[in-house]
Formats: sequence, structure tokens, C-alpha cells
Amino acid sequence: MKIPYYPGCTLSTKAKGYDRSGRAVAAALGMELVELPDWQCCGATFPLATDNSMALIAPTRVLYQAEQAGEQVAALCAICYHVLKRTQTALERDPAMRERINWFTEQGYEGRVRVVHLLELLRDYLGWAELARRVVRPLTGLRVAPYYGCLLLRPYDEIGLDNPEAPTILHDLIRAVGAEPVDFPFSIECCGSYLTVKDPTVSETLSREIVASARAAGAQVLVTACPLCQFNLEWPQRETAFGRTGDEIPVLYFTQLMAVALGLPEEDWGIEGMYTDPYPLLRNVVQAVESV
Amino acid sequence: MSRIGVFICHCGINIAATVDVERVAEEAGRMPGVAFATHYKYMCSDPGQSLIRQAIAEHGLDGVVVVACSPAMHERTFRQAVAAAGLNPYRCEMANIREQCSWVHQHEREEATAKAVDIVRTMVEKVKRDEELVPLRLPIVRRAMVVGGGIAGMEAALNIADAGYPVVLVEREDRLGGKMARLSSTYLNFEAAPGLLEEKIRQVLEHSNIQVLFNARVTKLEGYVGNFAVTVEMSEGPRTEEVGAVVVATGWDPYPLERLPEYGGGQIPDVVDGLTFEEMLRTGLQRPSDGRVPQEVVFVQCAGSRDPEHGVSYCSKVCCMYVAKQAMMYKERVPGGQAYVFYIDIRSGGKGYDEFVQRAMEEYDVLYLRGKVSKIFRRGDRVVVWGSDTLVGRPLELEADLVVLATAMLPSREALALAQTLHIQADQYGFYSEAHPKLRPVESLTAGVFLAGVGQGPKDIPETVAQAAAAAAKVIQLFAQDAMVQEPTVAYVIEDLCSACGACVAVCPYGAREIHPVRPIATVNPALCQTCGACVVACPNKASRIHNWEPVQVLAMADVVI
Repeated sequence: MKIPYYPGCTLSTKAKGYDRSGRAVAAALGMELVELPDWQCCGATFPLATDNSMALIAPTRVLYQAEQAGEQVAALCAICYHVLKRTQTALERDPAMRERINWFTEQGYEGRVRVVHLLELLRDYLGWAELARRVVRPLTGLRVAPYYGCLLLRPYDEIGLDNPEAPTILHDLIRAVGAEPVDFPFSIECCGSYLTVKDPTVSETLSREIVASARAAGAQVLVTACPLCQFNLEWPQRETAFGRTGDEIPVLYFTQLMAVALGLPEEDWGIEGMYTDPYPLLRNVVQAVESV
Repeated sequence: MSRIGVFICHCGINIAATVDVERVAEEAGRMPGVAFATHYKYMCSDPGQSLIRQAIAEHGLDGVVVVACSPAMHERTFRQAVAAAGLNPYRCEMANIREQCSWVHQHEREEATAKAVDIVRTMVEKVKRDEELVPLRLPIVRRAMVVGGGIAGMEAALNIADAGYPVVLVEREDRLGGKMARLSSTYLNFEAAPGLLEEKIRQVLEHSNIQVLFNARVTKLEGYVGNFAVTVEMSEGPRTEEVGAVVVATGWDPYPLERLPEYGGGQIPDVVDGLTFEEMLRTGLQRPSDGRVPQEVVFVQCAGSRDPEHGVSYCSKVCCMYVAKQAMMYKERVPGGQAYVFYIDIRSGGKGYDEFVQRAMEEYDVLYLRGKVSKIFRRGDRVVVWGSDTLVGRPLELEADLVVLATAMLPSREALALAQTLHIQADQYGFYSEAHPKLRPVESLTAGVFLAGVGQGPKDIPETVAQAAAAAAKVIQLFAQDAMVQEPTVAYVIEDLCSACGACVAVCPYGAREIHPVRPIATVNPALCQTCGACVVACPNKASRIHNWEPVQVLAMADVVI
């Protein structure tokens, strides 16, 4: 199956590893992510103002491009997914707004295209049982803390991916690849998001709490579906002038965890230049599996 | 030639300031068939009414048009007045020149006056052709059905039965008592709920006028006020009960814990709802996970209530009070323990209610924290509560042994289906709708079906008992009449014109029309007819008619203004 794919800016720059591993695992599961031929930034924030037509123009252009490519468009970045999905919902519910934006863009977005996250395709199209069947290196014994963040799930009546108060989609994925999901109270608490640009101490404080909570719950690794969450959770764990603290835990994208489990070569794991080096942990897991 | 009297009301300045009432009276006096026309300041007042009665006698009037407000306002008044003067009340009509004329044309005196004259002209033509009708009298079955055997249903049943009328009480479970049977004690005086309830149950079961059907469900309601046939499904098969009135008292269900995942509902054993805590207070205060007596208990008010995003928007009304009671009872049992209450605000309206909550705070040292709880999760064998104290302006973390969620009251899960069965309305949440929120709080919009208890909206035991007694009073009031009196201005069928095509049956919104079981004609059940006229319009043969809205009347009314 070929699925039109919107990588978004971050996955083309800071989070190339997410893009690399995402495309690789999708391909390994028979879903080819086909990058939209001509795409632009989605705007990266969904407008909160009442008169929001200006800020909806960029995501609507993306949706229009996606509509030319097929019936659905997949995203990996939680923020892109959030913005596109909410724009799609908003324009479906408000045809007058759609007309207004079409009038401005001189493009005829019809509101048909469905925005899906790769997690959604795995759950609804492939299924967890099938994913489990495709795993060649089950990550047995690896304790993984699923970190959902905010934008992937909220607001529920516009996104509707999973229960925003008690989500399970990452838990289910972790189980499917043979690892053990670790419950921790901060799994849907905010990481500080964009405040990392404006007021980094706020997001660092929040992110440290999240990481500490996961560590206290016995997690060896955190997984997320959002490049900004990944950055925020990892950055406070960087090596400082005081050296390393020694209790760092890696923050991986769920696709990277899958790449390992599906037996893909290391270059497809997409893990380079991380502050918290996950290689020793992951190689240990691989070795343990392969020695059996 | 008719001798019709026309009586124009000023309604103070409501009509007279806009419509030239003198001119209307002059014009009316010249209309064919009008024997007398006059105007007066307030026609509905005693002098106004006696003016009409005198004119009928003096001028030998055989019909009356009162030119005033809407018939919804005063038709009854004036029909009674003309009846007192010996005229058939159905030969009195109202011409509405207030709502439909003066009020909507306030700055157009000329045009409004001309329109008023036209309105009078049409109603004069109608009255000329009005038949002398007699109200219908329908028999009443003086036996009531009460649906639901909780405190509301039992109270209603006892009141009706004590007045001497037989009652059939339908209960879906195999016991009486409803949700009250799960309570430990009632608030304000800590009276043991089981004792109170047992006395009621005994009275119901021993009452010679009350028959209780257990494991029974109402599945169908046919007929009309005074003459219902209710089908009740039981394990031994369906049975039909003939009753004259129905009281619906189906109560409530607690908001499911599973719908509060952010509070660990359904996942953490030591997170329970208020009803479960009531049971713990009765059976021994041991927490579900390991049987330990909890040393720290957190109560969370408004769990699901007042939360349009996640739960329901309304206030469940009883939680502020029962949480205070539960916290005090807990402190009685575990004097060294600590109780915390998270609240949005305290709603303790009612006699002695606020003093009761103050006692919890001051005499029992229950710690009230003003703020919402955001998340509840486990840490070891403890339950951690994240909330905020908005009076201090700080987020808060508490570790407790037990969390009690004061979950919202939902209407009984079967309420919506039952509302459809009984042809009564329910609001967006499934609470039964009363006929009028202020003045008819225990009646449904279906005549003869009355409401009691939480099924109509959240309320506590004293309020429920009061409402149940009121519903019973309505039933008794109905049964005290010697017959159901029904307006005769309903549909009827000219049998010679009817081809039994069934068009009227299909359009009738009230189920008042059906095809005769033997003869090829359509029939009207006058008790159900609401005079909407749908069948008259639908009938291709002009066989469906309405008394005093005959085609000849409508055409004559149109003729004089076109």
C-alpha cells in the first residue's frame, strides 16, 4: 500500500532519524510512505484566535496538496498531525470557512482528505497482532515508558486518536514489539512544548519531572511520537560542565524501537547524535535476543 | 338572521393605544348579523363579564365575539361567562386583536384598526355557523401504576393507596428500596437509612391497596389519561394493567467509574464511588485492595458533574451534603484519621444544610481544599492525588489510602427507552421533562403521566419524598373527578364520505386516528385528538372534519376579507 506522506519541517532537519526510521518501518510492514511532491510548513501551531482564517491558510495548502495525492495523508510529527487534523476537522465542520480560504488560496480544497498518524495505521490498518507477528527481535524485558504528551491526543473531539486521559496506543505498540510498557504518572503531562524557545527553564523543569518520574517507575527508555517532546525530554539530560549524571535514559521515537524489533539494519534505526546514547542498551537487547 | 354581540376590549392601553376601539365597535355594529357591539376597558374583569351577560339577556343574543387577547389567555373565562347567561359556550369565540394586531403594529394606528375590523368580521362569520356543542365525558379508571420501587415510587404509591385507590407498583428488580437501600445513614441527623427504609417497605408490602410486581418492566403504554392500558413484561410473560394514571419514579444510576480514567476509575481498587463508600461504612471500613483501615481519605466532589468537557454539565446537587456526612462518619470511626475534601464550591442550600457542612469543617477537622483534582494514580500501596488549592494558589499532591469520588447522578440507564414507551419527553441527559419548570413540576407533557424522584432531575431524599407526595396528589386529584371532561372541538368523520384510505391515520401525530376493525371507515378517538387539523388537510374526500371548524365556516371567514 502506498500512502501519501507529509514529513514536515522538523523531520527534514532536526528529527531526520524519526523520518528515516518511520519510512523504514512502514516499508518493512508493506506501507510505503510517499512524500508529497510539493509541500510546505503546516504553520506548526493551530490558531487559538476566534478569527483564525489567516493561520489556517498554510495547513489548508498542505491538505489541498494531500488531496491531490490520495484519500489520506500520513504524518509522523505529532505537531504536524495535530495542526493538519484539527484544520481538516475545522474545515469539515465549517464549509463557509473552507470557501473563504479556497477563495484566498485560489485552490479548491474539498475537505475529503483524511489525516492519519502512523500509529493509527499500525493500530487500525495493520493491527497489533500482525505487528507482533512481524517482529523478529522481540525486545523482551526492555522496560519502556510511553510518553504521549499533549498534541497527539488533545482536544479529543477534534483529534479523536485515543482517550486523552488514559491513552493506550503506545502501550499497545510497546507490547507488540515484545517490550514491557511502564506506567508512570507523567505520561500525559506537558513537556513545556514551545517554551523551550522562549523560556527554557520552564520546559526544563517540566521535562526533568517527566524523566524522573519515568526513571522512578523503572523505565530504561522513554518513547514518544513528537520531535519537540523528544528534544525537551533529552536536552536537560545533556552532558554539562559537571559531566554526566550517569542516570540518563534515552528518549526514542516509537519508530526507532520498532526498527530494532523488526530486525532492520542499524542505519535504519535513525539514531545519531543523541545526547543520551541508546546504542549500548539497544545492542544489549539485540545481542540477548540473538544469543538465544 | 343571527343576533351576535361583539365586545371589544381595550386591555387598558394594550389594545386601545394602537387600535381605535370606538371605530371597531361602530364598524362591527354595521356587520350583517350583529345585533349589538360595544367596547370596554377590561372585558375580562367582573364588570366586563357582567356587561356581556346583561347584553345577552337584553338583546336576545345567540352568539358572542369577544374582541380581545389570545384565546389561550381567556377563552375559558368568556365561555364560562356566556354559559352563565344561558348561551351555549361554544357559540362564543375570541377575536385576537392584541397579540396578533395591536402588539405587532404599535406605530400604525390606521392599518391596525383596519386589520382589527377584518379580524372581527371573520370571527362574526364563524360564530354565525358555530354549533351548540356539549363537552365529552369519559370514564376514569381509578387505579394507578407507579414505575420504580425506590423511595420515590414507594412514597407515591403509599399516598395514592392511603387515599383509597388501588396501586400497582412495578419494580425491575426483586426487591424494593432502590438506591436508598445502599445508604448507611441519612444526612443532618445520621439516622440509619436501612431502618427508615424497612419501615416504608413493610408499609408498601402490607398495604391492601398496593400490588407489587417484581422483576417487571413496562414495555408499552396505550390509551389516554384516565384509561391507560400498560403492558408489563415479567418472567412469566407479559400482562396488561388497566390504570387511569402513571407515576414514573425510575431514579438514577451512578456515573460509571470507568468514565473517569484520569482518576484511575475502574483501575485502582482503592478509588471508589460514593455509594461504595456508603456500603463500606455499613459493613466495616476496610479498603478494597488489602483490607486495611484507611488512615487518610480524600473525597473528590464534582467527579463527572459540572464538567461539560468530560462528564455532564449539571450539578448533581446531593454530593456536597453526603460527602460532608461521609467525612464525619469516617472521623467518628477513625478518630486519628484524616479526611480531605476537594471541592469547587459548597452547595448546601436547605434547612440546616450549611450548618451541617460547617460542623464537618469545624468540629470534625475535615480539611476542605478548594480546587479540582487533575489526576489520581498509584504509588506503591498508596493513592496519589494531584490537585490544586486555589485559595493558596498552589498545585497540591496528597498521598492517601483511599479516594472517594462523589460521582455524578445519571438518570437510570433505562430512562430514555422508558420515556419513549410512555410518550413523555426527556432532556439531553435523559432526565424526564416536567410540563412546566415552575408551575407544573410533577406533570409530564402527557396527560395522566406524572414524575417523581431523581428521574426528573438530581435531588435528595426529602425533596424526592415531597415530589412523590405531590405526584400522588395529582393522581388523587384526577381520580376525584367523576369523569374526564374533554373539549368537544375535536375531529370527527362523515362516514358517508370516508373511503378508509388511511391518510388521516398516517398523519395523526397523537395516535387518535385508526381504521375501524370491521367497517370500512376511519375513526377518531376524541380523548387523544388535540384538534391540530392534520387529518382534515390530509383527507382527500373532506370526510375528516373538526367540530366548529367546518369547511363552510373557514370559507365564509375567508370570503368576508378577500
